[in-house]
Amino acid sequence: MLDNFVNQFWPSTIDGLSLGAIYALIALGYTMVYGVLRLINFAHAEIFMVGTFASVFTVQALGLSDVGGLGLIGVVVVLALVSGLVSGGSAVLLEAAAYRPLRKRGASRLAALISAIGASIFIQQLFATIVVPLLFDTSKEAGKLPVNEHFVTRSNVIDFGPITISNDRLIVFLGAILMMIALDQFVNRTKLGRGIRSTAQDPETAVLMGVNIDRVVTATFLVGGIMAGVAAALYIVRFEQAWYFSGFLLGIKAFTAAVLGGIGNIRGALVGGFALGLFEAYGASIFGSGWKDVVAFSVLILVLMFRPTGILGESLQQARA
Amino acid sequence: MNLSKTSKGIGGRGFSFDPLRDRWAAAPGSARWGVYALLIVGAILLPSEAVGSFMAGGGGDWATLLSDQITIYILLGLGLNIVVGMAGLLDLGYVAFYAVGGYTIGIFASKFGWHFWETLILAILFSALAGVLLGAPTLRLRGDYLAIVTLGFGEIVKKTVNNTQYVNGPRGIQGIPHPPTLSEFEILGVQPLKYGLLDSRPYYYLLLLFIIVAIIFTKRMERSRVGRAWASIREDEDAAELMGVPTFKFKLAAFALGAAIGGSGGVVFAAKQTSINPENFTFLVSALILAAVVLGGSGNIPGVILGAFVVAWLPERFRELSDYRMLIFGLALMTMMIFRPEGLWPSRQRKAELAEGTGGMGSMGAEVAGPDTAGPGTAGHTAEVGK
Repeated sequence: MLDNFVNQFWPSTIDGLSLGAIYALIALGYTMVYGVLRLINFAHAEIFMVGTFASVFTVQALGLSDVGGLGLIGVVVVLALVSGLVSGGSAVLLEAAAYRPLRKRGASRLAALISAIGASIFIQQLFATIVVPLLFDTSKEAGKLPVNEHFVTRSNVIDFGPITISNDRLIVFLGAILMMIALDQFVNRTKLGRGIRSTAQDPETAVLMGVNIDRVVTATFLVGGIMAGVAAALYIVRFEQAWYFSGFLLGIKAFTAAVLGGIGNIRGALVGGFALGLFEAYGASIFGSGWKDVVAFSVLILVLMFRPTGILGESLQQARA
Repeated sequence: MNLSKTSKGIGGRGFSFDPLRDRWAAAPGSARWGVYALLIVGAILLPSEAVGSFMAGGGGDWATLLSDQITIYILLGLGLNIVVGMAGLLDLGYVAFYAVGGYTIGIFASKFGWHFWETLILAILFSALAGVLLGAPTLRLRGDYLAIVTLGFGEIVKKTVNNTQYVNGPRGIQGIPHPPTLSEFEILGVQPLKYGLLDSRPYYYLLLLFIIVAIIFTKRMERSRVGRAWASIREDEDAAELMGVPTFKFKLAAFALGAAIGGSGGVVFAAKQTSINPENFTFLVSALILAAVVLGGSGNIPGVILGAFVVAWLPERFRELSDYRMLIFGLALMTMMIFRPEGLWPSRQRKAELAEGTGGMGSMGAEVAGPDTAGPGTAGHTAEVGK
């Protein structure tokens, strides 16, 4: 067991970091929506899933194959743009359809959670029964199967003793880091970002200061959706597979990552994402890959026992009870 | 709690159960017992063909639908209602306790040849123990942290049985015996105490018995010191703690009791199906049971029964829509929450709490009272400012 861990240490670390980067990007959407609305946006996982199909569709429409080297960077940018737009748009639609009416009526968070679960089932089934068979030219049953598209040529770009990093893993990692820096700048430096932070802290006062809450909420969903879309594009480059149910496990992992880092806290989502990715990869190398989810959730329970508000705590939330 | 807000709160519009409730409160004991008796007779006659031809639809077997889906969901809904509706703890991994019950009978009946009734007691103990084991380290967490931890626990249980060779991993356990036949006596063409493969109705009656026991049990609990402690935790945990309510102990009790009911459901499910595998215990089941509780009106027993019935029955009734039925179900969940966010049949106290922003984990953030919202107290912090 431990031999495996030692032998596999570097490959697991690199796998963990590239998967953790994807978790972190999705977790950002959960954490931002939670920070502003105090709502677990269960349907965020489906926003990611929509993005994966947008990417696969783009790959098929452009007829891409054997992409490698610098061309891969260009492809990633295109896929990220398309998926980001599609996912961002779906997230805004989702908010308008599933959460805004509830918010206007002052419904409880429990009702919003059920609405989120309903929206999640709806989007999943919409893709399984209508969208995928329509767009991907498969029979209705086949809509339930994963859509595969092999277009990336893998090569090792970094080969440094025991450390070898393949091009797709490197791009996933770097792309995610880039998006996180962009988001951090957006939230901390722009006017809309300040609006988001102020709404998260105290909506009453934010309104008195002239913040348009509805706009802030829409912006939050849009930005979270874009992050999920970029994560979806990176996921497609890395795993080349889209499935109507793929959002589910990634979604709960990403939400776990957000909680692990401290929900509502943007930097916490990053820390949580990478930590979860690494724990999972190491757990898989020690106990076998079947146990990696068990390891991930056990770590979550252990961390929360000692740090009940996550690794970094709820910085956006502190003003709240 | 401010009861004067009930009429103005979110429950103020639309159909309300209040007149019915007032008459019920004023009814003498004999009238109530009459209604209870009528309800039980109705429940006993429910599996008959006359009802089934409309309710099942699409050629499904009504008695099987009743025993495999509806009554199981009602039982699980009642169990989760203790945790979510009464103590106000959000549990997203309730299916774990259902799985503990199912696997307890799976292991003890198929490997050690235990009797159904023996394993039932054991399974109830085991699932209550699982509730304590999960609750002891995690119940100090609040709200959403608890939600994700319970979700994780549900996944841990599922993955663990999936990876354990002793219970055949993903293939699951086969050949779980039916409960032993208690008596062969026959009434109106049913042998209600003969459990076998052919007739689902005896299982329906068995579950009905479980449900009645669970209802009486929760009702008594609700009116006791324990129930009042749960209500106080649900409304304001800090205040409850300050008033000397040992919140941790009562939260743990809610977890254990809810888990025990879930475990008993798992036992009957496994005995009826004669086989179980990890795929019977997915997150979707937890989500649907939670949906049943909230949709019906969490904390109110008739509401929870109604909610569980709707959640279990709707997708089955519209089987002819085959692939689209879950699509429509998702849409229906969203719409129902928009039009009746407090649930189809909420309890009066619960409605008042929701209007105040306590209970039900409070309101969403980014919520400011405005012209479109329902006046004062739409959100927790609005109420604070209003004082």
